[in-house]
Amino acid sequence: MEEKRKMIKVYLAGELFKVPEGSTIMMALEYAGFQLKRGVGCREGYCGACGTVYREKGDYKLQGGLACQTVVTDGMAVAQIPFVPAEKPTYDLEDLTPDVNTFTELFPSVFRCVSCNTCTKACPQDIEVMDYIQAIIRGDIAKAADISFDCIRCGLCAMRCPAEIVQYDVATLARRLTGKYLSKKSPELDKRLEEMEAGKFDEEIKKLKNMPKDKLTKEYYNREIKIS
Amino acid sequence: MKLPYFPGCTLKTTAKNFESSALATAKKIGMELIELDRWNCCGVVSSLTSDDLMKHLAPVRNFLRVQEMNKQEKIKDENRLVTLCAMCYNTLSLSNKRMQENPDDLDKINDFMHKEEEDYHGNVDVVHFLSILKEYGFKKLASKVINPLKDMKVASYYGCTLLRPKEISIDDTEDPKLMEDLVETLGAKVIDWDAKSRCCGSYHTVNNVDIVHRLVQGIIDDARKHGAEAIITSCPLCAFNLDTRQSEIKEKNDDFQTIPIYYFTQLMGIALGIEENELGLEFNKIDPNALLKDLKLI
Repeated sequence: MEEKRKMIKVYLAGELFKVPEGSTIMMALEYAGFQLKRGVGCREGYCGACGTVYREKGDYKLQGGLACQTVVTDGMAVAQIPFVPAEKPTYDLEDLTPDVNTFTELFPSVFRCVSCNTCTKACPQDIEVMDYIQAIIRGDIAKAADISFDCIRCGLCAMRCPAEIVQYDVATLARRLTGKYLSKKSPELDKRLEEMEAGKFDEEIKKLKNMPKDKLTKEYYNREIKIS
Repeated sequence: MKLPYFPGCTLKTTAKNFESSALATAKKIGMELIELDRWNCCGVVSSLTSDDLMKHLAPVRNFLRVQEMNKQEKIKDENRLVTLCAMCYNTLSLSNKRMQENPDDLDKINDFMHKEEEDYHGNVDVVHFLSILKEYGFKKLASKVINPLKDMKVASYYGCTLLRPKEISIDDTEDPKLMEDLVETLGAKVIDWDAKSRCCGSYHTVNNVDIVHRLVQGIIDDARKHGAEAIITSCPLCAFNLDTRQSEIKEKNDDFQTIPIYYFTQLMGIALGIEENELGLEFNKIDPNALLKDLKLI
């Protein structure tokens, strides 16, 4: 016998729909007949394409979430943000230094932050967005990289920021600079790159490339992982 | 004595020598300045518009951290928040005063942070490290001086933000003595001069540097005229203008006589016998060592 699911009311882009309880916002949109072309991606909470703002019934707070991860509640009003029109500077990492001056040049809006914390409240990843912007203002680029590590670049912070800061692009630059200039260098990596360039693994890669899928799967799950 | 301490952004970037020397001197006299666990820019410069409350969120968030530290018993019944940067002192003090005197504004700020932060109760007292030293007692401080700055002629430069507006001034607005008392305590000779609370040109340094050259030259000429060999300050922006701009003034005007600029905590450090590597003298632009060597202080 088919299980009958309870239906709840949600407002999608201003229109009232009844959708099955327990649906994610994305499931609700598709159930209601919306064909998603933008604002949809991996459907697993990793890609950050489905940033959405919503209000729950009886709550005055405007909240942010990922459509693929947020479960609808009765009376919820939802608006998808399919694209964030952010200004994005181009740069060559080789020309930059990992300090505050780089951000003054490329992202001067960072210094407009008034510490309202709206960005943090909008973040579906629970990142302390304001804290990493503040870390950059005081030149602590590595800390900004660390705090922002889980950012999936959905852009909700930038959409809500009254100072028009593009936080997620700022954070991306902080992580790039940290990776290139501030993190501890790994001598093992240099050694392995040399080995790769010298062709040490060519034979093995060739063997894997020509392996039938079932055998490859078996090999993959039986692989040995060495952590030294 | 443990005191919550707000560094501010500049002390973490261009004025690292101010912070390192201040923390070392505080430690030397038995004070522990505990940096707030989390803090944000003070909000500089203080907004003078009456309807722009959002600019006061930044200071209030920092006051909340002091409230939290008391609650977590990291400090005991200590509502003072110590600042070093004169600009942070000014901005934080003015905001705090506004919150304390205008309950409606405080309510609005607290409402804005609803479900996010606890309410700020207006209990924090923003103090400058110089005031903490005064309270500690200059007599007591004198007893800790092991390397007196004998015969060093020091002009104390207050600039604007420690003294104005009057309501938050750390001392008499027209005739401040606090830094002079410190200078005397350290064994140096106090220079009485005219330019101690004149403006250095402040942010004009960004896009109107000629103004800064003119003002800085006026200040330094006045210090020299009154026989000073060194200037001390408590403001990273004043220090930047006074220190960095001198070589440019010298290029324009050959007769100009440069003068070393120190944070007051750097000279305090010398007098208290603190290791030079903690004073960050290498960051000072006009050679800070020649005078100290001449006077056999290092």
